[in-house]
Amino acid sequence: MDFIFYFGDVFTFTSIALLLAGTFFGLILGATPGLSPTMAVALAIPFTFKLDPAQGLILLGALYTSTVAGGAVSAILLKIPGAPANIATTLDGHQMAKNGQGARALQLSFLASLVGGVFGILVLIFMVKPLANVALFFGYSHYFWLAILGVTIIGSLGSKSVVKGLLSGCIGLWLATIGFDDILGTQRFIFHPALGGGIHIIAALIGIFAIPQVIEMFAKGRQKVNMEAIEVEKHSISQAASEITRNPRALGIGTAVGTIIGLIPGIGGQIAGLVAYDQSQKFSPDKAKYGTGHPEGLIAAESANNAMVGPSLVPLLTLGIPGSPTAAVLLGGLIIHGIFPGTDLFDNHPEVAWTFINSMLIGQVVMCLFGLYIAGLAARIAQVPQSVMAAIVLGLALFGSYSVQTSMGDVYVMGALGIAMYFLERYGFSAAPLVLGLILGPIAESNFVTGSTIAAAQNGTFIYFFTGWLNFILIGLVVASIAYSAWSEISAKKGATA
Amino acid sequence: MKKLLAGAAIALAALTTQAAADGHANYPDRPVMMVVSYGAGGATDFQARIVTMTAGNEDALGMPIAILNKPGAGGRVGWNWFATQAEADGYTLSAYNVPHFIAQSIKGGVEYSTDSFEPIANWGADPAVFVVSTDSEMNSMADVVAFAKANPGKLTFSGAGLFVGHHIAALQIEKAAGVKMAYIPTKGGGSAAMKAVIAGDVMGGVNNLSDAFRAAAAGNVKILGVADLERSSFLPDVPTMMEQGLDVDNSSVNFRGVMVPKGTPQGVIDKLAETVPAMFANKRVAGKMKAGGSPMHIMNRAEVQAMWAARQETLEALLAGL
Repeated sequence: MDFIFYFGDVFTFTSIALLLAGTFFGLILGATPGLSPTMAVALAIPFTFKLDPAQGLILLGALYTSTVAGGAVSAILLKIPGAPANIATTLDGHQMAKNGQGARALQLSFLASLVGGVFGILVLIFMVKPLANVALFFGYSHYFWLAILGVTIIGSLGSKSVVKGLLSGCIGLWLATIGFDDILGTQRFIFHPALGGGIHIIAALIGIFAIPQVIEMFAKGRQKVNMEAIEVEKHSISQAASEITRNPRALGIGTAVGTIIGLIPGIGGQIAGLVAYDQSQKFSPDKAKYGTGHPEGLIAAESANNAMVGPSLVPLLTLGIPGSPTAAVLLGGLIIHGIFPGTDLFDNHPEVAWTFINSMLIGQVVMCLFGLYIAGLAARIAQVPQSVMAAIVLGLALFGSYSVQTSMGDVYVMGALGIAMYFLERYGFSAAPLVLGLILGPIAESNFVTGSTIAAAQNGTFIYFFTGWLNFILIGLVVASIAYSAWSEISAKKGATA
Repeated sequence: MKKLLAGAAIALAALTTQAAADGHANYPDRPVMMVVSYGAGGATDFQARIVTMTAGNEDALGMPIAILNKPGAGGRVGWNWFATQAEADGYTLSAYNVPHFIAQSIKGGVEYSTDSFEPIANWGADPAVFVVSTDSEMNSMADVVAFAKANPGKLTFSGAGLFVGHHIAALQIEKAAGVKMAYIPTKGGGSAAMKAVIAGDVMGGVNNLSDAFRAAAAGNVKILGVADLERSSFLPDVPTMMEQGLDVDNSSVNFRGVMVPKGTPQGVIDKLAETVPAMFANKRVAGKMKAGGSPMHIMNRAEVQAMWAARQETLEALLAGL
């Protein structure tokens, strides 16, 4: 209950000003394709040099929470996920915007973010000490199985055919091998200098999601049809609020999945949304509606990626181990003030730790209010004619992919992948499994390589990867997931023939 | 309009030729970019941001330095880019890590070597240390060597990749003690290697002194030895490898500094070599570095050139057998 004593520190003039500024700029940065939460936080580090530690962290915490939520804006309106966290948001969110329900989609996404985010931070507040060691349970073999578990949902994710889903996943896994091997340093598939650094996930995301729709929009523009703008439905905030409460299953699954995945360092933000989307679909009676603009999918994805934020800071604040790239930058923000997070952070610097956490809690509320305010305005983007919209999206895609590492190489990669994806989509392959393969490939590979090196020095690969309770549980989940996919595919076929 | 454009073009051309003629007296007249070959939040990135924070001051460059992260494959991605793609005009700098890039160039498969770059100045020296988790039964390097002798190839210890400072230290320790241990390169830099030690995934690890110092202060690890010629002022109680009878010198010490691509105009190099060491010596910089537990070690261009040449020689000898 210590945290209550430090709420006063958040309500000083400077703190509130920093909180508002951080949230406002965070939403804008988050909504800009190519500017990930990690980059937004890194950009703000120099500003914190002049602030005291708690104030610096208020700024960084507000930026972190609001960039994650802001990513939903471009995901919904433009179908460009600002960061991997928002991939699942595009699946139903953008469909809703296309149906003229952009305002509703944005309102639902910010409300779902609020619920998930607040729950995640409450878990951080009340469970930080008991959960401190969870990060340490996961060794290389467990990460490997977790990544494989992710691979098993590839087939069912966002595509109508399991085989085509798996094939796109394989393309993603192959793309992930391009570049230097991260551990051994060997070069793989580098036939152009732009590929030396591998495929940057954000450049790939922008290309794969934005370029096919740009091509599509230009094509339609020439046909002189579909030039008419979409009618934007008005949607009140109270309607959105009651809709959220009517979807406890999606909200609960999203929040729970986000919280649990957030606790596992190194995986969290990238896949929380996708896993929650998949699970929510599996437990839903309206499976077929997913992908057509179903609010449940959006709610699950957005509550998950914000629920992940709080728990993802547990290993950082208790052990000094950054659980995500963003947490690594936050660690720098602490160290620069001579504060070394570890087991004693909450005892030695309670004013820093609790003020930081409290500001994120209040930041969630501020973020949601800002978001709801802009939702109505932002949704009018659907009224922009398609030909103009295509140019805007293309411009943002070029800017976003260049700004990731200020490199033209990433722009070429973005363009090439985007054009390839346009043709793949025409043949029924979808983007989400491909991206999931691209994210999970390196996790599975590097953990297998490191794990098997350790295993070779100990009792051998089999014992390392196939014994121990956590390995058993994870392998069990993998088997269950595959069995479920097979069962639902077979029963769907029976249903079709009957 | 056309005339105006042509006039502007001529004026611009005149300006640039003049700048070239007078040895780039105006350099820098726009912000400068510095490539860091490791991810945001890592030790190199963190220190690079601190030591460049006063670049915009009038007594330094008078222009800010922006950090650009190009992480991947132990630094190979960023340095390959810097050696082959970066323009040699003084507006693109890079952080270097020695022995990392030298060891990688000796091992091969990369497009750079010490001849691809011109050093400007060195800001820090972070020795490698040997760490074990707090509950480990090993309390000195002698315990480590004894275990490794009794169990050849069974002692697993982590480090941040192959052919980086940690790996060099690992090779030197094995060679000095005459034992075979299992070096486990991890992905994700020093913090991932440290996590493996704390979590008990491995029995020990080689890590940065600065990170180990913080982890030890938080009660997560024990530091058994420092791979440097002298003890560190951050860890006055931890003996060096030499004091513990292991012939390990300072070849693995992670020297961090600034360099430019070969072919950068001499005027620009001279200007940087003159101002950058003074910029590192700034009091505010020193204060932040000390608070972060990051050991500073400022060297000028001539000293860095000598250090690079010396490292090239020792590393060639050490890596010859691999």
